[in-house]
Amino acid sequence: MYVIVAGGGKVGKSVTRSLVDMGHEVTLVEQRRDRYTQLEEEFGHVAMIGDATEIGVLERAGIARPPDLVLAVTGDDEDNLVISQIAREGYGVEKVVARVNDPRNQQHFDLLGITQTICATSGILGLVEHEVPEHGLIRLLELRREGLEVVEVQVEPDSPSAGKTVGELDLPDGSRLISVMRDGRALVAVGSTVLTPGDQLLAILQPGKEDELRKALIRA
Amino acid sequence: MKAVVIGCGRVGSAIALQLAAEGWDVTCLDEKEEALNRLGAGWRGGFVVGHGMDIEVLREAGIEDADAAVVATDGDNTNIVIGQVVQKRYGIECVVVRVLDPLRADFYAKRGMRTVCPTQTAVSVMTDAVRACDIRPLEPTGAA
Repeated sequence: MYVIVAGGGKVGKSVTRSLVDMGHEVTLVEQRRDRYTQLEEEFGHVAMIGDATEIGVLERAGIARPPDLVLAVTGDDEDNLVISQIAREGYGVEKVVARVNDPRNQQHFDLLGITQTICATSGILGLVEHEVPEHGLIRLLELRREGLEVVEVQVEPDSPSAGKTVGELDLPDGSRLISVMRDGRALVAVGSTVLTPGDQLLAILQPGKEDELRKALIRA
Repeated sequence: MKAVVIGCGRVGSAIALQLAAEGWDVTCLDEKEEALNRLGAGWRGGFVVGHGMDIEVLREAGIEDADAAVVATDGDNTNIVIGQVVQKRYGIECVVVRVLDPLRADFYAKRGMRTVCPTQTAVSVMTDAVRACDIRPLEPTGAA
């Protein structure tokens, strides 16, 4: 496939290297001359100098073909947003993935309809949360566009769900238990499955229902 | 009527002073505290230090009940994003955004943004100025 990567910092460079290794056709756009010179040494004609938020530069990179995928991964959130909008709305690029540098800007990407985003900071915080769960509920996967997330919850001895069957639980609408991890084995959660302390539950739910789910499972 | 001016540089500050003189209740927002100096000692409007991408800062500047917003920071993409956020999140209809790059200004104008492109204005005005010069046409050859 054909991919335009906007931003040749650590992220853009590594992604380009992997994509090229996989045999994809890539154009990597970087605006800083010093960075571009290094990128050109490694990638040759794959690297291109220019400001990827300029329509003319994007056109020279082949935005009108249009590419199968555009990755807006510069270190500037506003730039990534504008690149995504021009690619999507101006040239009908179907897949655009934008990097969010400052997690506080995530809401702007959501508001402006750029739904495929990656945020390293949020990702790292998610991992920290996984290691040090503070609220009893760990977010494993978030499908923003689909309005769905997958979370993990551990049943404690004093949890309201301990000793109950899955069928007896008063789960919020739009949520469902998928599986119960017990002694290193995963069981599919069915109505008759009895929950015991130490069980790790996987659940799917609509974003925003975390508190209700938490109440139903681990905190009365 | 209330206006929030985001980016209090040469352009933003002059717009703020103009609107205030016309009776608007104006609050300026800039990352740098020194920008307040541009408004002069007699400034009676509001001034908030912070980044226009920051929702808290926008709220502090009173964006929620503003009738108009002027976005004139020194970054085109920052202006474009802030302009859309202000328009969509707070439903402000009158949002005027400075975009120096003519192509981007045009792209977003077509999508309903009130963009103002000083570059395009300069091109038109300067071209007209050249046209208006009184230059005598060359003498036709062979006339003498």
